[in-house]
Amino acid sequence: MADLTADPAGVSDIRSAYIEMTRRKRVYGGLLLILFVALMAAGFRTADDRNAGNFRDGIAHVFDYPAEVLSEAAEKAAQLPGHIVHFFPALVETLNIAAASTLIGALLGTVLSLLSTRGLARWPMLIPVFRRLMDISRAVPEIVIALVLIFVLGGGPVPAMIAIAIHTSGALGKLFSEVNENASLKPVEGLQSVGANWTQRMYLGVIPQVGPNYVSYALLRFEINIRASAILGFVGAGGIGYELRNSMSWGQGRYDEAAAIFILLFLTIVIVDQLSGRLRDRLTHGART
Amino acid sequence: MTVFATDPGAEGLKAQADRLFARKRLMNFGLPILVLTYLAYVIFAFDVPGLYERASLENARTLVADSYSYKTHVTRDNRNGVVSVAIEGERKGSYPEGTGPDWVALGETTVIDLGNGHIVRFGPEIVEYDIPGYGLVRATPSRSAGVEAELRSGAVPDWINQSRNRLAIKTDAGRLTVTRNRAEVFRYFTGWELFWFTLDSPYHGMGPVPLLRHAFSGEAGAIWSDFWNNAMWRHRDVAWALFETILMAFLGTMGAGLVALPVAFLASRNFTPLRSVRFAMRRLFDFLRGVDALIWTIVLARAFGPGPLTGALAILVTDTGTFGKIFSEALENIDEKQIEGVASTGAKPIQRYRFGVIPQVTPVLLSQLLYFLESNTRSATIIGAITGGGIGLLLTQAIITQKDWEEVAYYIVLIILMVMVMDWFSGWLRRKLIAGSESGH
Repeated sequence: MADLTADPAGVSDIRSAYIEMTRRKRVYGGLLLILFVALMAAGFRTADDRNAGNFRDGIAHVFDYPAEVLSEAAEKAAQLPGHIVHFFPALVETLNIAAASTLIGALLGTVLSLLSTRGLARWPMLIPVFRRLMDISRAVPEIVIALVLIFVLGGGPVPAMIAIAIHTSGALGKLFSEVNENASLKPVEGLQSVGANWTQRMYLGVIPQVGPNYVSYALLRFEINIRASAILGFVGAGGIGYELRNSMSWGQGRYDEAAAIFILLFLTIVIVDQLSGRLRDRLTHGART
Repeated sequence: MTVFATDPGAEGLKAQADRLFARKRLMNFGLPILVLTYLAYVIFAFDVPGLYERASLENARTLVADSYSYKTHVTRDNRNGVVSVAIEGERKGSYPEGTGPDWVALGETTVIDLGNGHIVRFGPEIVEYDIPGYGLVRATPSRSAGVEAELRSGAVPDWINQSRNRLAIKTDAGRLTVTRNRAEVFRYFTGWELFWFTLDSPYHGMGPVPLLRHAFSGEAGAIWSDFWNNAMWRHRDVAWALFETILMAFLGTMGAGLVALPVAFLASRNFTPLRSVRFAMRRLFDFLRGVDALIWTIVLARAFGPGPLTGALAILVTDTGTFGKIFSEALENIDEKQIEGVASTGAKPIQRYRFGVIPQVTPVLLSQLLYFLESNTRSATIIGAITGGGIGLLLTQAIITQKDWEEVAYYIVLIILMVMVMDWFSGWLRRKLIAGSESGH
């Protein structure tokens, strides 16, 4: 580069070096690609072997079950509105589980994130402890806590709520602490200078700065938690998932109920997705201007 | 700005500030009250007060105690007088006939030392329990008269449960149950017994140093196979289950990425001028995402049966919707100049995509894929519990038996470790693969 008056030999050196590098890159890329394809193929074969039914036979029947359900639902179309009304309370329960666990998880996550952000932490020594705590509660799948709690507390919405709240606190705590890192410390210092204690500093100095971002993340979590609470219902924690399992295990003859639940769940997820998407858009744009 | 336009004067400014303060005050107090009201409503909607009655402290105690301790059963069959010793009362954990741990002295009268002076004797006819601080309890089981127990005179303490056909004594040292057909003693120990080797293995109870010596003298294979095929803890099955779970996450995530990428081009504004196609694709993504993973799992399980393939496909279908949305947004945000630059050298459309578009979106795509790989490991655990594959299945099975809590604890630890390792791995890979591009952003 420095030698601009390079003789032709230097240029060809550079060119051959460049071509060499490109070739090497291409070889590495190709090797990675081959490795990836091999992994996918081997993985697919293993999964196919260990599955009860294999892929080739199954693929033809993918739409059998939905078709069965839909045809029965179409036959009894007149009863669908009745079913939808009947299952609406279960849907409300599922939504309540999701909302309550998001709220509790967000509150816990706020505290955890404030305690584990450098510059804001109450006990700076304990930052790693709270970080690990969030890591662990984030790593636990909800179903693990829910199943154990169902054994202790009996079936119902409370085990699901606690399980989702614990996972949410870890997941939101991590996102919140990233937001906290960008918060200005000036209001905190100002409050400290007038003798505010830690809670007041956080509530009055930090939360107003990070609030919109918090709410936006919490809304995203709410969407995820609706799905999670439907799934947990399926393993015995109440709500619409539980009703779905009941009407499914009944099998043919109650497919119209299953269809009604499918419709309810689908509509709820789509509507909440849309609403929260719009709200989040407004929140983040409001924060920007 | 409005201040300049209207010039409200000091009075107006003060009124404005007052209004602002009033609103802020309302927000500051109103919001917590709203949250509290909702939580109070939820407490009643979920019947939390009634939970107190439904919750079983007994279950909680067994769960906690069982997850870090194990019990050894010493059982005497009253019909033929045979005494057997088994860990957790399972056949897989039985001592060979005529043998037992050193605190059980087998013989005509079997003497069981529960520690701290608690001694249980299984005689030919009579079962005795010497309880320090209480005295001797004697029980005579017989087919005709049930269980005749001789206790100290006076009130029966609440840790002794006596009826005509059954005597149960629960102390800190252990538990004795005598019924007409059998007498049984439980002694509790801390730890996960038989975790490494079962009783039928010659390596059971060997310390790490002699074990290493054996391993070096050519028995490493046998030691490994005894550990790997441990009937009690099933290390081989557990390892397979973990592998299956990760496999589901890997196949599902990568498959979804592969399917979503070409389709995402059809859904992005700058590559598909046809509005109807774009609209159809977008609605398809919404549909795939909106029909929850739960429903996909159910539908696919009907076609493919239970197993890891079903789980992988359920993840694949759901995430195709999510990836389609994310990828098409990434494609809409690319810089057109690079494509123009490539096009100006006479590149054909395929080459334009390859050198103008793909390098721009790769970092976004890769980081999303890896992020989902980690979160799908968790989903795969949950989906596995429903469709029947991987570690999720083992966990639900262990929980359903309601007694193998030490296995449940083991699986939970493994699941947490698995997710954390995947988290770390995907983070490492992300840094490795897109380190160069990130500095360019």
